[in-house]
This record gives sequence, structure tokens and C-alpha cells, in this order.
Amino acid sequence: MDAILLQLLNGLDKGSAYALIALGLTLIFGTLGVVNFAHGAIFMIGAFCAVTLSKIFSLSHLASEPSGTDFLGKPKYEDILYIKEWFGESAGAWMLDWSVPLSILFAIPVMIAIGFIMERGLIKHFYKRPHADQILVTFGLAIVLQEVIKYFYGANPIPTAAPEAFRGSFDFGVLLGFDPNAIIYPYWRLIYFAFSALIIGGVFAFLQFTTFGMVVRAGMADRETVGLLGINIDKRFTIMFGIAAAVAGLAGVMYAPINSPNYHMGMDFLVLSFVVVVVGGMGSLPGAVLAGFLLGILESFASMNEVKNILPGIDQIIIYVVAIIILLTRPRGLMGRKGVMEE
Amino acid sequence: MLGLNKKDLGVLLLVALLALAAPILLNPFPADSGMAQFNAGYPDLMQRFVIFGIFAIGYNILFGLTGYLSFGHAAFLGVGSYSAVWMMKLLSMNVIPAIVLSVIVAGLFSVVIGYVSLRRSGIYFSILTLAFAQMSFNLAYSVLTPITNGETGLQISLSDPRVLDGANAPSYPNLFGAQMNSAATLELGSWSFTFSVGYYLCAFLMLVAFYISIRIFRSPFGLMLRAVKSNQQRMNYTGLNTKPYTLAAFVISGMYAGLAGGLLASMDPLAGAERMQWTASGEVVLMTILGGAGTLLGPVLGAGFIKYFENIFSKINDNVLHGWFSFMPDGLEDFIVTIIHPFVGKGWHLTLGLLFMLVVIFLPGGLVEGGQRIGRMFRRKKSDPNTPDGETTPAE
Repeated sequence: MDAILLQLLNGLDKGSAYALIALGLTLIFGTLGVVNFAHGAIFMIGAFCAVTLSKIFSLSHLASEPSGTDFLGKPKYEDILYIKEWFGESAGAWMLDWSVPLSILFAIPVMIAIGFIMERGLIKHFYKRPHADQILVTFGLAIVLQEVIKYFYGANPIPTAAPEAFRGSFDFGVLLGFDPNAIIYPYWRLIYFAFSALIIGGVFAFLQFTTFGMVVRAGMADRETVGLLGINIDKRFTIMFGIAAAVAGLAGVMYAPINSPNYHMGMDFLVLSFVVVVVGGMGSLPGAVLAGFLLGILESFASMNEVKNILPGIDQIIIYVVAIIILLTRPRGLMGRKGVMEE
Repeated sequence: MLGLNKKDLGVLLLVALLALAAPILLNPFPADSGMAQFNAGYPDLMQRFVIFGIFAIGYNILFGLTGYLSFGHAAFLGVGSYSAVWMMKLLSMNVIPAIVLSVIVAGLFSVVIGYVSLRRSGIYFSILTLAFAQMSFNLAYSVLTPITNGETGLQISLSDPRVLDGANAPSYPNLFGAQMNSAATLELGSWSFTFSVGYYLCAFLMLVAFYISIRIFRSPFGLMLRAVKSNQQRMNYTGLNTKPYTLAAFVISGMYAGLAGGLLASMDPLAGAERMQWTASGEVVLMTILGGAGTLLGPVLGAGFIKYFENIFSKINDNVLHGWFSFMPDGLEDFIVTIIHPFVGKGWHLTLGLLFMLVVIFLPGGLVEGGQRIGRMFRRKKSDPNTPDGETTPAE
């Protein structure tokens, strides 16, 4: 029982990452009708936003006065962090410690800007081209973004720590009456799950309860009619592209402490999130979220030893097996709408 | 001749001539000169040119003719490699059974995957093939380790049974005794040309593959595949079942991939799972698009282009760059080297990605279309200088 609960929790945090990326992919696909293979790269850039901010915070200069002598008798100069100098000792230390959550603020404008540039500069010209061309050009873009990041940050993963307060683990089992240490779960993963639930809820509320969201939904249903009503739907869709990029970017920022960012993490997630989108149904936002969590949970259940003993290797392929079965039995995915990508 | 019209025969003969003379043509610089690093005429690289040429020719039969964008073809290449190495372990170091088996196994494998994947089209097809390829890759790494030897990769060893080989048979892949790595070197002044057995075997098979692909392109079957690409729905409405045609195209391209995999293993008896990864599938897509999908020569050009620059570009480092620009004033030299630096050496993939994007954006027909455009520009100028620039060409 406790093992099952533990795997359920494990599945939730992986599922949150899948769901966030798939949500962004679906937003782009549902509004602009573009299959964006560069979305994984956007996720990766988000993670590197966190890396960048913590690097900026760790910038330092040597003190002008020696603080003592080292073992050779030479005067020793201490490193002084700029942020400690500017914001005071304790505030500076706090900022360095909390650099990952703080990079959310930093990442949002960066990711929206990247989204705008991508849409206006490149993807705009591909609306009329076949889907294969869209896949290919965004695939090329993904390679380019990945290599640019590799050039600036190197090929090795860069560990990025969560704030001190969240580094421990939470004994979840005690709450539910299990033995202590039966279900231990890192705090940060809980936060990741809560954060993604917040973002997903925010995106849905934005689409559901604002006038802007209403227009966007109308545009998703029938772009031409909305255009005929005198609404500049293209502008709104561009903004949605920016929002989708921000969602993927935030998913990346918060994922940085879970898995040290490296330049190909985007590609690793991209394949899986495409599978997630297809399982959920192309163009269906609830479908993407549902499928993200479903596949995340299935994946963690499949990696239980009891399951692996019966079906060896199932943990490696479960997502793909599910995707194949779904695609062949329910061609539109779990919640796909009729008439989307059925040509 | 050979059932080809004059133009196709010309293309085939051109490719044959280029393939036969490649060891000379690709070594235009003397071995001791500073430009020697641009020489591509060493057996290892030339073999890869033709092997990936075969792979891309096969992929083009599927993608270029039917428009189905498969993201999982590397799986067939990998399966071909594994079966070839197993043949060399069990039967004989002769490459013939290895290559034959790799083609057959890849063919069977692609029948299964194609039968399932082709039930859907468009992006769903891409995702399905991707899913199958990733499944094979993951399985090859984990559960199938007894067959694939996991991360280490499948290798041959002296203790393998090899039931057909005699006691003193060569211990390296060979064709009736002629070892794949044996080569004759011709020294002409300061030039040095290497003619290797392995390369000529690959080149011969590439020519056969190219010939078959020309025949497919010009056959009623090829026409049917093009019809599937332009409007599959209409084909279905006329009462024609397109599935057997697309499946046949899929299996043929899978067998080409298997042949390429078998040859890779024959040249260097080693098979690893990374050959099946989806980035490897992406590479063959890049080759085909870069060269020109749907054209005869395109995939071969694309494969050669990518493999050449992959090997040559990645060898250029800062020292080489400084050597080139040493005639400039110091500040300018450093500046230019700094600018070029991210694009060469380890940054070769950046160049590839940019190039690929440019091709998809501005030149959807690939290098072949680029060549045609340049050719047309000159011809038009010669024949009729008054033709307006915005002349439209009729649709196919």
C-alpha cells in the first residue's frame, strides 16, 4: 500500500512536468495550428534561466583589504558577492539561496520575449506551409537553440540547488498513519507539483474567465469568423504563443533543482511531451493535462520491482506502448476534438 | 539500356563514375599540404558517405514519394547492424550472409511497424514511428541485453562459433577472403590515394540501390506513391486501397536502412544501441531534406554533404583558423576567429541546424532545387533576356 502511494507521488511530479510542457504545446497547436518541435528547447532555456540567475547572483569581486594571510604568508583577499554588497549581508545570502524561485520573475519576461521573437520572426511564415515543414523548421530551431546554450554553458549538467528550506524530505506516511520513513518525499517535488497545479489552473482560468481568453477560445474554434468580426486574432494568438513559451519556461525553471539542467534535456522531454499531446488529443487542453499526469503516474508504477518482475523492461517502454494502443484504438486521443489534424 | 531513359542513364552513369573515382576526386590536395585536412578520400569517411547515401536513398522512397514523415528509421538501421554482427558471430566472417540477413530482418521488422503505423497519417504517423523507434532503443539498452549487449555494444570475439568458417579463415569481415579493411595505396608525387575493398563493396551496393530507386521512381508503382502524396483522399474515393502501396514503400525503405546497417557492421564489426536513437532518425531526415526530398540525386548529395562537413568542420579548431587568417592585422584576425569559432569544431551542429533551417525556409527543394534555380537563371539569361523576372513555373 505504501509503495503504491509512493509511486503515485513520484508519478505526480514527473506528470506535472509532462503536463506543463504538453499544455504549452497544445496552446500553440490549438491557437496557431503549428506543430512546434522547438518547445522542448524552450523548456530547456527556462531551466537555464534559473542557472543564469544563480550565476549572476554569485558574481563576486576580490575585497580591497586583505582579510588575513594564507598558508604561504601572502595577504589573502576574500571574494565579496556583489549582491551582498548591494543589498546587505543577510538579504544577499537570502537572494542567493532563493535564486531558483526568484528566477521565476526573471524567466517570465525572458520567455515571453523569446516566444514573441520566435512567432513573429519565424513561425509566422509557416502557417500556410504543410505540417511537415513546420516540424522540420522547428526541429532545426531546436538544434540551434540547444547548440547556442551548449556554447555558452558547456555540455555538462549544471547543478542548481533549491532553497535551503526545501532541501529536505517530507515524511508523508506519518500524516496518513503509516510507519515513519515509509513514504518519504522531497519537499521540492511537492512544491513542483503545487506550482504546476497553480500554473495549469491559472492558464485555464485565464482562458475561461477573461474576455481575452474568451476571444482566444473563439479563435481556436473558428479563426475566420472571429477575424470577420473585426478582431485582430493574430495579435492575440501571438500573445498566446508568448504565454505558452512562458509556461514551458517556468516548468523548466522549477525543474532545475530536480534534474541538473544540461543542453539536451529539452530534446529528452520533447519526445515524451509529444507523445503526451497525442495521447491527450491534439488541440485539447484538458486532454494534455490529463494525459501528462496519467503517463507520469503509469511510468512510475511501471518502474516498481513487482511490475518489472512480471514484465521485464516495461518501465522503459510503457509510455510508448500506451501511446500506440491509444492511437490505434482512439485515433483522436483521450479528449481530442473532431476535425483536428485529421486530413 | 537497363530499362532507363537517356537522362536517367546519364544520372546513373554520373553517380557510378563519381563513386568509382571518389578516392581520387576526394583527395585533391597533396598529403603534406596545409589543405590536406579537407581531403575526404580516406576509406572510413568514404564508406560512411555511401552507406548513409543508401540510408537516405531508401528514406527518400518513403518520404520523398509518399510524404509520410517517419521519425523512426534509425531503428531499422540498428536492427540491420545487430543482425549482421550476429551472422558474423554465428555463421561466418564473410559479409554476404551478414548483409542478406540484415536486409531480411529489417524488412520483417518494418512490415510489423509499418503495418501498425500506417493506419494513421500526418503527425500521428510521425509520432507512432518515433514511439516504436524509441521503444526499440530503450529495449536494446535494457531488457534485450543478452541479444544486444546493452551499452557496450555487440562485438565479435575469437571464441564465437562461426560454423561455416574453416580453421584459418580471416578474423575480420571479408568477401571471400578479401578483407574489408585491406586497401591499396597509390602514391603520385605528394598525392596519396587509398583504394579500399570495403569502400568499393559499399559503393557497388549503393549503385545497385540507386538503380533500384530510379526504377521505382519511374515505375507505375512510384507514380501511385506520388499520387498518395498529392491527394490520398481522392485515391481512396476512386476505390483504390492505398495501404498496400504505402506499406510496400515503407518496407522497401526499411530494407534500405537495414542494408545500410548491415554494411556499417560489415565495415566495422560493432553494433551499438545509439544507432537507433531518435536523433539518428532525425539525421537521415536532415540528409534527405538538405539534399532535396523527392529527387533522385538529392539524398545522396545530402548524405555526402552532411557527413563531409561533420568530419571536416569538426576538425577545424582555433589554431587552424588563426593559420588561415594570419595575413590580416592581429586585431582583425582575432576578431574574425572569435566570430567563426562557435560554428566550427565542436560547434558543427550549430552550423548544421542553421543551414537546415535556411534550407527549409528558403529552399524547400533542398540543394537540388538550389542547383536547378542557378541553372535556370543562367539559361534564361542566355536564351531570352527579356523574360520578366517574376515568371511563374507551372505546377507539377
